[in-house]
Amino acid sequence: MTDAIIANDLHFSYTQYDESKKPIFQGLNLSIAEGSFVAVLGHNGCGKSTLAKHMNAILLPEGGKVYVFGYNTSEDEKLLDIRRNVGMVFQNPDNQMVANVVEEDVAFAPENLGIAPQEIRKRVDEALKTVGMYDYRSHAPHLLSGGQKQRVAIAGVLAMQPKCIVLDEPTAMLDPHGREEVISTIEQLNREKGITVILITHHMSEATRADRVIVMDKGHILLDGTPKEVFVHTELLKKAGLDVPVTTEIISQLNRTGAKLPSDALSIEECAQALCAWLKV
Amino acid sequence: MSAIIEVKNLSHTYSIGTPFEHKAVVNMNFTVEKGEFLGIIGHTGSGKSTLMQHLNGLLKPTEGEILLGGENIHKDKQTTRAARFRVGLVFQYPEHQIFEETVYKDIAFGPKNMGLSADEIHQRVLRAAAFVGLKEEDLELSPFNLSGGQMRRVAIAGVIAMEPEVIIFDEPTAGLDPAGCKSLLSNIKDYQKATGATVLMVSHSMDDVALLADRLLVLNEGSVEMLATPSQVFVHAERLQQIGLTVPQVTALFLRLKQLGISVDPATYTLDSAVAQLLSLKGGKRHA
Amino acid sequence: MLKDITLGQYFPGNTFVHRLDPRTKLLMVIVYIIALFLCEWFVTYGIMLTFLAVTVAISRIRLKALFKGLKPLIFIIIFTALINLFYSDGEVLVKFWIFTITKEGIFNAFFLVLRIMLLVTGTFMLTYTTSPIALTDGIESLLSPLKKVRFPVHELAMMMSIALRFIPTLIEETDKVISAQKARGADFETGNIFRRAKALIPILIPLFVSAFRRADELATAMECRCYHGGKGRTKMKQLHYRLADLFAFLIGAAILASVIILRHYGL
Repeated sequence: MTDAIIANDLHFSYTQYDESKKPIFQGLNLSIAEGSFVAVLGHNGCGKSTLAKHMNAILLPEGGKVYVFGYNTSEDEKLLDIRRNVGMVFQNPDNQMVANVVEEDVAFAPENLGIAPQEIRKRVDEALKTVGMYDYRSHAPHLLSGGQKQRVAIAGVLAMQPKCIVLDEPTAMLDPHGREEVISTIEQLNREKGITVILITHHMSEATRADRVIVMDKGHILLDGTPKEVFVHTELLKKAGLDVPVTTEIISQLNRTGAKLPSDALSIEECAQALCAWLKV
Repeated sequence: MSAIIEVKNLSHTYSIGTPFEHKAVVNMNFTVEKGEFLGIIGHTGSGKSTLMQHLNGLLKPTEGEILLGGENIHKDKQTTRAARFRVGLVFQYPEHQIFEETVYKDIAFGPKNMGLSADEIHQRVLRAAAFVGLKEEDLELSPFNLSGGQMRRVAIAGVIAMEPEVIIFDEPTAGLDPAGCKSLLSNIKDYQKATGATVLMVSHSMDDVALLADRLLVLNEGSVEMLATPSQVFVHAERLQQIGLTVPQVTALFLRLKQLGISVDPATYTLDSAVAQLLSLKGGKRHA
Repeated sequence: MLKDITLGQYFPGNTFVHRLDPRTKLLMVIVYIIALFLCEWFVTYGIMLTFLAVTVAISRIRLKALFKGLKPLIFIIIFTALINLFYSDGEVLVKFWIFTITKEGIFNAFFLVLRIMLLVTGTFMLTYTTSPIALTDGIESLLSPLKKVRFPVHELAMMMSIALRFIPTLIEETDKVISAQKARGADFETGNIFRRAKALIPILIPLFVSAFRRADELATAMECRCYHGGKGRTKMKQLHYRLADLFAFLIGAAILASVIILRHYGL
């Protein structure tokens, strides 16, 4: 498999309001395989949003390099190629919609790319059907629910036909129902269309659905592996200010009393089966 | 215990007589006990926000009445205004209402509107700041230079400083990370313990409210669906899922165990009680 | 509440008038206004009134909606009518105290009121029958020749459409901030004008802060979706003139011509 995104010895710092520099990354190395579904977990201020903005050249590295499908993000002339291949969805659905009709908003990116009108129409309809919002194409965005708005935002990115989508806390402002809408939509994009998905979140329940989980803390990678590999480290996760799934928490507490339960029984079903087997012995 | 808020036959309809007419609350009846922690749960559009804004008189009922300490809050203008100060309301994303140049001044806005003395205002600002975990040196900073989480604490302190008898939080942890959620929730719980205030908290995270609340009020389509202690409410886990709500993770696990034929209490919702039950089940077996 | 305000004043429909190209409607309004200012006497005003009445009938806009649009202007209409009534020179009909009413005054007042009402309702017909987004597209297309003299046509249209998109969001936000400050005991209803103006600060500052935050986030989101100005941009929906537009133009030309000719004969 080829890599969608590579960060090589990435350095970056922010200028604060008092002019002082706050370092975020001091030599971060990371590569993300094409077609994978990666969740990036971490508390607020750990650098995960800053990382996201490096993935489509909204921010440029101060030191080191970021490559996106082979393009170096610091090269100006490749900017549109990078941005059309790596779509971004942000936290606040209200602040990423441009037009006051759903389909016009979805058409925004292809219009910017100078695509022919008939082709735009085709892409818009297809994108709206993919996220299940085709019936709402002539609605005004402010009348939609939070989950629906985010799905429209995803459609707006899909209309660029990107190879990769980065979602920066797309569910932080949604209720549980809206959250599920969004997560199952991106899951489907990854599984059915093979689009590389990078989901930035602080909800561990969303991260469990990815192929790979990267836990960040203070600009470093703390843990990196499959959900099962990562969520075993309950103590480390808590120290990084993160939640631990109830399932692994119960198992780790029982194991401390001498039980020998599989520590990677992550889903409710797996955990219930494991507990069942343990109780019947 | 005595009642502090009584909601009687409350209905509210928006935009009456227009094509946008919409019934948000339909014939609601319930009582909030003095000093309790009441969790309010319902999916988006269940009437939570509309209900909340009735409890401090911001909205006027289309039908029915709200009694605060036995008195109708719309009896006359003074009573309505007094109700605003007796029932504090922390809106969702309260940091969006901050406007003063310093943290101190912003927290002092509410007490100032109450017409308190400068000395009293000062005391209250300090106390409120302490409750939400703000340091004294933070008080002279511009609130707009703080992080989102800190700004939220400032906004909450602004309501706490009015020292209301009842305080209502609408999704106080929305958008915060897990560590931020946990510390804010424990601040709220500590505040309640220290002052004996009645606390109402709207949330869509069952896991959060279940651990804090004495009772849960479950709303569905503008009406009261259930009002009981958490363990009584979670007995109806299936009904909760039907009306678009989730149950706490622990409850979901124990429901599944029950289905698999293990004799656990499916309304369990705390981690400690879950581990204890499992250990005693295992222990019981060992002795047998 | 603020939320109840109906925005855009667009009444969706699928009539002949609704289906016209927005550019046609914009140009028709300009022709209509010019013709209106050339009117002098009953016959020419009659033509304009008939044209408006027919348009309203075809587009099925309710008269109630039209008069609602006139409501805020009632004061100005009455005021100008009175000024004209009392301060026109000519054949004196009545005289009392400092007021004189002349025959010319009565006609002046009558025609002026008619002119204002026709002007306002006529332009309202444009926004009533054209969606804001079509209107923006129409303006952009009509102004596009100005690009040659470096007039920022695309930017102007973009600003208009973003404003349209954010008006409902900002109204909702205003509602929320007002409620939140009221809950902290802010009082917007009592005191003199200075006190009331000062009471607006707790509303205005949060709104400004949030508008800037939104603008910042929107700009980033637009960049992420490959926005780089109007250069090389295409449009999903193309505007096309059809036979109906030609028909409308012919009517417009006929009206303008007949008004000019009839005016010559003092009609």
